[in-house]
Amino acid sequence: MFYRENGQYKTTYGADQQMLPILQDRIFMAVLLLFAFIGVPLLASDYLLLSILVPFLILALAATGLNLLVGYCGQISVGHAAFMAVGAYSAYNIVLRVPQLNFLVVLVLAGLIAAAVGMLFGIPSLRIKGLYLAVATLAAQFFMDWTFARVKWFTNYASSGSVSTATIDLFGWRVDTPARKYLFLLAVVTVFTLMAKNLVRGHLGRAWMAMRDMDVAAEVIGIRPVYAKLTAFAVSSFYVGVAGALWGFVHLGSWEPLAFDINLSFTLLFMIIIGGMGSILGSFFGALFIVALPILLNQVPAMLGLPLATATKSHLEVMIFGSLIIFFLIAEPNGLARLWAIGKEKLRLWPFPH
Amino acid sequence: MSDAQGAGDVILAVEGVTLSFGGVRALNEVSFDVREHEVRSIIGPNGAGKSSMLNVINGVYHPQQGTIRLRMDGALREFHDMDPHEVALSGIARTFQNLALFKGMSVLDNIMTGRNLRMHTNLLLQALRIGPAAREEIEHREAVELIIDFLEIQAYRKTPVGRLPYGLQKRVDLGRALAMEPSVLLLDEPMAGMNVEEKQDMCRFILDVNDQMGTTIVLIEHDMGVVMDISDRVVVLDYGRKIGDGTPEEVRGNQAVIDAYLGVSH
Repeated sequence: MFYRENGQYKTTYGADQQMLPILQDRIFMAVLLLFAFIGVPLLASDYLLLSILVPFLILALAATGLNLLVGYCGQISVGHAAFMAVGAYSAYNIVLRVPQLNFLVVLVLAGLIAAAVGMLFGIPSLRIKGLYLAVATLAAQFFMDWTFARVKWFTNYASSGSVSTATIDLFGWRVDTPARKYLFLLAVVTVFTLMAKNLVRGHLGRAWMAMRDMDVAAEVIGIRPVYAKLTAFAVSSFYVGVAGALWGFVHLGSWEPLAFDINLSFTLLFMIIIGGMGSILGSFFGALFIVALPILLNQVPAMLGLPLATATKSHLEVMIFGSLIIFFLIAEPNGLARLWAIGKEKLRLWPFPH
Repeated sequence: MSDAQGAGDVILAVEGVTLSFGGVRALNEVSFDVREHEVRSIIGPNGAGKSSMLNVINGVYHPQQGTIRLRMDGALREFHDMDPHEVALSGIARTFQNLALFKGMSVLDNIMTGRNLRMHTNLLLQALRIGPAAREEIEHREAVELIIDFLEIQAYRKTPVGRLPYGLQKRVDLGRALAMEPSVLLLDEPMAGMNVEEKQDMCRFILDVNDQMGTTIVLIEHDMGVVMDISDRVVVLDYGRKIGDGTPEEVRGNQAVIDAYLGVSH
């Protein structure tokens, strides 16, 4: 009843092209952001911050990056954890070798290096697509896994192969407590999400979607496939590289090469498939689903008072999680974002659906 | 209907184009020209090479022999092995026989992609959507709204194209091509599968584009009534060869054309 655009007349194209054209959406988003920036740090426990919200935010950023490539440009990649690794190791090496640089600069540089590597591995997309491209990106995964495990320079010749990071210092503001980690990530993710949203609304985003939907027609209309595909790889890898650096520095603190193996690539793919391909919001839903659901499932037996052994519990968790993924894919192949859109559509008509 | 007196100099010339796929000759030394501001039709039975001809002009296929000349900046220029992007830049737009719309996008976004050629703000500005990027977006939106008005599809602006009925999708396809502001518009069976009313609408749009925007039209169509009605000149292809060329009356009287369409005993 309260959610509709009746009476909100747009008199300029600028107003019609806003990110959230409906007033209620804007209010909702403002309240949500206010709560996330002020309410959550005050209310949430350290456990909630560190084991749910921090990984959720970083993975949402990575999923957004992957979604730009797979969901918007239609180029599949199963090697995105490799680009996360590139971001993480780049940031590690930059901090190690040029310690006076501000971490924000480090973050951008790490992203740019990941973008360059991503473009390099995106070159096969100019000739092949679909499953064949997926196999080609798999090469990126194996190559990067090998590089960071074998080339000792990247890990500063650490004998164990694992690296550890110092606390991030932003102009004297140390990102050490859970609340500060959360706030730092929230700020970074908010900025990057806004930029992603703007990109997909602009002509570059349209070029990506055109390539995805009908590549021959896109070419005839004057979209250069080389430009569209390589920018998609670059921007996507940039996002994922930044997410990788954050994953290493803020979430893990210290890690070994296996932290960015192919399992992580698949996790990212699951996120965007469950959340919704071609939807920024879907990346967040997907990340939340993947991060929060296992933890919830873990709590359920205790809440019901079932005395289950730890091993049984973790097996059950995996089984239920797997079947839920299948259920969701059958029930709504376009992901949680589509469910959300349908819900909004219904809400607009409620309570008078005819 | 539209008379040839508005037609001017040659804007597009196809000379001796031969295109083979392995042993199959899709086009065999085909030559014809298109004059500025005219409606030029290409007809022929199935498999005659009509769509291949458009693909050659578009740069999707590169012919083994022959040249294509296009008027640019007042002079006919020969173009060789241009890729589709360069062809689009030089002012040739195209609609497709089998709908080739971007299914996941709204009507508005589909037509906006036609403006992509003219949008140049860089990635960073677009990401921040400040200054030039926002202005550019609005400027091109205005141009697109004119096309939406022209095609009478205002009500479907924000609808995903996949949900529209076939006839309207064809209109969006035309809109996307018009958004490029082409000097030559290639239409590949714009009326296939339409009912009479839809065909009439489409004819009206094509003639209006030709009249009001001065766009030269190259049309492939199977509906002979439509072709004979709206074309200034007609080329007839059969098995990759040109068998007839002239005004609708001349073509209608041409024995080779009649044989190709009706069949002849050998």
